[in-house]
Amino acid sequence: MGRFLAIRLLQAIPVILAVITVTFFLVRVAPGGPFDSEKAVLPEVKAALEAQYRLDLPLFQQYTAYLGDLAQGDFGPSFKYPGRSVNELIGAGLPVTAELGLYALLIATVIGGLAGVIASLRPNTPQDYIPMALAMIGICMPTFLLGPLLVLLFGIELEWLPVSGWGDIPGDKLLPSITLGAAYAAYIARLSRAGMLEVLSQDYIRTARAKGLPEWQVVVKHGLRGGLLPVVAFLGPAFAGLLAGSFVVETIFQIPGLGRFYVQAAFNRDYTMILGTTVFLSTLIVLFNLLSDVLAAWLNPRLRHQFGGKA
Amino acid sequence: MNTDVITDIAQAEEGTSLWQDAWVRLRKNHLAVFGLVVLVTMIVIALLTPWIAPYAYDAQNLDLGASPPSAAHWLGTDVFGRDLLTQIMYGGRISLAVGFIATSVALLIGVTWGAIAGYVGGRTDAIMMRLVDILYALPFMIFIVLLMVVFGRNMVLLFLAIGAVEWLTMARIMRGQVQSLRQQEFVEAAVSLGLSPATIIRRHLVPNALGPIIVYTTLTIPSVMLLEAFLSFLGLGIQPPQTSWGLLISYGAETMEEYPWLLIYPGLTLTITLFSLNFLGDGLRDALDVRGSKD
Amino acid sequence: MNILSTLAEYAGRAHSCASPTRVRTKHFPIWLKSLLLFLPLTLTGCVGGESNVEQGNREGVLHYGNGAEPQGLDPHVVTGVPENHLIRALFEGLAVKNPYTLEPEPGVAESWDFSEDGRVITFHINPEARWSNGDPVTADDYVWSWMRALHPDMGNLYAYMLFPILNAEAFFSRKIENFDEVGVKAPDPHTLVVTLTEPTPYFVQLMDHYSTFAVHRPTIEKHGKFTDRYTRWTRVENMVGNGAFVLEDWQLNRRIVMRRSDTYWDRDHVRLNKVVFYPTENVVSEERGFRAGQLHYTQSIPLDKIPVYQAMEDSLYVQEPYLGTYFYLVNTKRPPLDDSRVRRALSMAVDRDTLMGSVMQGSAYSAYSITPPGTLGYQPPKTFDYDPEEARRLLAEAGYPNGEGWPGIELIYNTFEAHRKIAVAVQQMWKDVLNIEVTIANQEWKVYLDAVSTMNFDIARRGWIGDYVDPNNFLDLYLTGGGNNNTGYADPAYDELILRTAPQAKTREERFAAFYKAEKMLMEQMPIIPIYTYTSKHLIHPSVCGLPPNLMDSLNLKYVWLKADRTSPSEPCD
Repeated sequence: MGRFLAIRLLQAIPVILAVITVTFFLVRVAPGGPFDSEKAVLPEVKAALEAQYRLDLPLFQQYTAYLGDLAQGDFGPSFKYPGRSVNELIGAGLPVTAELGLYALLIATVIGGLAGVIASLRPNTPQDYIPMALAMIGICMPTFLLGPLLVLLFGIELEWLPVSGWGDIPGDKLLPSITLGAAYAAYIARLSRAGMLEVLSQDYIRTARAKGLPEWQVVVKHGLRGGLLPVVAFLGPAFAGLLAGSFVVETIFQIPGLGRFYVQAAFNRDYTMILGTTVFLSTLIVLFNLLSDVLAAWLNPRLRHQFGGKA
Repeated sequence: MNTDVITDIAQAEEGTSLWQDAWVRLRKNHLAVFGLVVLVTMIVIALLTPWIAPYAYDAQNLDLGASPPSAAHWLGTDVFGRDLLTQIMYGGRISLAVGFIATSVALLIGVTWGAIAGYVGGRTDAIMMRLVDILYALPFMIFIVLLMVVFGRNMVLLFLAIGAVEWLTMARIMRGQVQSLRQQEFVEAAVSLGLSPATIIRRHLVPNALGPIIVYTTLTIPSVMLLEAFLSFLGLGIQPPQTSWGLLISYGAETMEEYPWLLIYPGLTLTITLFSLNFLGDGLRDALDVRGSKD
Repeated sequence: MNILSTLAEYAGRAHSCASPTRVRTKHFPIWLKSLLLFLPLTLTGCVGGESNVEQGNREGVLHYGNGAEPQGLDPHVVTGVPENHLIRALFEGLAVKNPYTLEPEPGVAESWDFSEDGRVITFHINPEARWSNGDPVTADDYVWSWMRALHPDMGNLYAYMLFPILNAEAFFSRKIENFDEVGVKAPDPHTLVVTLTEPTPYFVQLMDHYSTFAVHRPTIEKHGKFTDRYTRWTRVENMVGNGAFVLEDWQLNRRIVMRRSDTYWDRDHVRLNKVVFYPTENVVSEERGFRAGQLHYTQSIPLDKIPVYQAMEDSLYVQEPYLGTYFYLVNTKRPPLDDSRVRRALSMAVDRDTLMGSVMQGSAYSAYSITPPGTLGYQPPKTFDYDPEEARRLLAEAGYPNGEGWPGIELIYNTFEAHRKIAVAVQQMWKDVLNIEVTIANQEWKVYLDAVSTMNFDIARRGWIGDYVDPNNFLDLYLTGGGNNNTGYADPAYDELILRTAPQAKTREERFAAFYKAEKMLMEQMPIIPIYTYTSKHLIHPSVCGLPPNLMDSLNLKYVWLKADRTSPSEPCD
């Protein structure tokens, strides 16, 4: 187990380095620079700005200088928000997005997982159709639609909940979390139902049933383990993807999260901010995919051999 | 090892009868048949749209503006006075094409990639899956902007861009399935019989993982249709006066209080399509259930 | 339908916590209300209790929707409208615009006078003017600050605002090293003498632009090199300003809070205790926030909401002409657009009035010139009108009778809902009137900017907002080779009028006559196709007083106060 983790963590280094390198050069070839604005920028101004941000150096030198700073944990200054460092911006947005993502995923896994498992127990009956129909509606209802709908109903018409904000007024975290969670809940419901159906028809489940184990024990002990595999494979990237996915929700509810920074950095060609958020995102992806693989192995004892370290 | 694992299933000698059996069983599933009928109808309408649409797709009537459903315009009109029914019909052409083509691309790459990584394991698996991690992390928007600059704006590119993003999760799911199936008796048996890895993947692993694959595919189609709208905002996708369901829904969402019909009808169309897709998907899954058929 | 409306009524009764400050637009659609059927209606109680607006009215706190998150607060670093609102609350210029008349009135300078030839302006600085740490504001502060604003290492995008000053441009472009040669002198702490290259009637107006504001030298030097962009001097704990308000709290993407300054010279006239600025980049969310009583004032309004608000009795929607023009740039170097007849045909085929009435929901005014009408009393020429016959004739004359042989061109715009709507409508007008195909394409913002600045387009959407009220600010865009020209238009006679004739004019009439002549030449060549004159569009709660609409959409928070018992915009404030 320890060896498996060590190997995977070591693999993370080339992954992140590759992401940094590709991103660094990718953003430079994208049209438009960080200082282009609607009104023409005088050449003297542009030169001064480039000098202030080291953009006047040869590209490769910029790259090595960036890696040097990064090694010391310095993501550099933001171009779009002069006076702010990327570290500071990420530090400000991360706790908010992490909290939002956590609630959303909690809602998604509990509701989605439960609905999927319940549906799979009696396939092709109302117990299956109703939760699955709800899940379908969840999938058809993009966040940019669900969010405003919830706001109009609960915020404006009923006046039960605040229409925007995060941590300012009690209850303002509810609607964003539900909005973000709903789409994931629908996915998880569909995936877990499929996974469960697959597993419940397997021989070892039949064996367990034949042994006369109570149905709930069969489901919980044997079914869930294999049945949730697709969900777990989906969850790894999904959690990391929340960073980008929460952008829409953060915009609708005016939440000061990292998702907005991540998306706006690309629009603004804020090179350091793009790189900073991307490095951060890639770390998350590596970690959560690792976590999801570990979880998959735990769920499926047959996979545990790989911790022996075949690689 | 080649990339057409999926199409090979159909051609494998065992596969021929598998598909015939499946079709027989599928026909008994009323919901699945219903789904199939709806989808085929949608596709036929989309194909015939230029001849059967009630209005020209770009015909404006600025004086009329946004009007609710009426005898002249069954589903109402948008702010330009354009007929919504016509817009939905033309939008279907784009959305269905994007949905099916991009998803097929994603399916093909994802399933192949995941199956190989999961089956071969070891260093190959590590490299392949870390590559997936890298692709997950790259800033998608910059990638899209670059695509647009380098290749200009066209539909093929749109499909490719979407497919290139959507296959990653498919690969992870497939790999997980294959890893778990690999250790099962029937695969071990196949290995000891000396079957080639390609054959084992094709005949034993992919068919057994079909359930999650089909479900994830039916999940991918709607997300692809909505992603298309986002790409259009970035300038890569289709351009006005062309439209798609994703675009109609996102415009409709902006004015849902003033002109609710602009949201409800495109939304309803998408929902009906997806329900049908899922009925069909679930039906297919049941019909193709390999173990079930061997009982 | 009966069941639906009954349900809707029931749902309507469900909200028992409606408070007087919340805005009821009465247009909540029945279909949405009937969705309430699916909700557990037994749930009661209101979360949040008192709304921002109620609390604000009680405590004298203005809740202000400010558009986007500001880049920063350093007057010599940032650009943009949200930043402008913030900086003009934290700092004050030598002269400020009166929000009712837009005429300059005393700010840091209690008066100013011109020399006889109009080239020397002497500002007399108010001895009571103070920085927020108590230091007096002196003429030397201005000399140093303008040196900073013009310094070539600074990268100040608005450095050109100070270019009318003698030798300022030379210092900026490193032609001279010594700032003493620039025409700014401080003979004593309360006198600032500014020498201009030539008479510049709008120079005093520029003193209300943040790029000409003074900054506190010791504070800046304490936190780094004076030309650094990346410094902490604007943070809450460090910030020193000289405006009516001081910074109290700044949370990224959340809010900026300011409270009344107790060192400001005119503090007795400041009536608000606090102002909370919210970054509200999503206009749809902003409008919902206004309806829910979270904002007193919105920066904008979604187009389709305008008729809804206008239909209300005592509408809270305020619309006013704005010093800006929305137009299409035409690339005069690319055929078939290199022919002025084609350009004029395109322009004449656009039915602006229909466009304004339908797609724009009456929220803008048809434009036939680059300069907005009524800029300081200047009336631009109207050289053409919507004229399909003439448009077809011109196109035929250019060799494309009834669109035959038309090569096809592309219209680009940056991704934005209103731009899309206009482009879609104009595309169809060109097709209907001229029978020509024009494809339209949206581009992501930076891609679009890149295309415009490299002239990689046929026709491109463009807008220009004036920095100061003067026709010069619009007409100097089309000087030969100008950075914002982007059309390839070049006419020495035009340049002569703008660069020589107008500045040397003795009277305002003479000056405007030169502008008129130049603009007429411009519109006959039509390198740009004007579409509409902008308007400022806000939702303003009735309790807000002293915030009049004006051509610059200029806000002076010193004039603003809250009157809690004013429930309709038609009631008087005093």
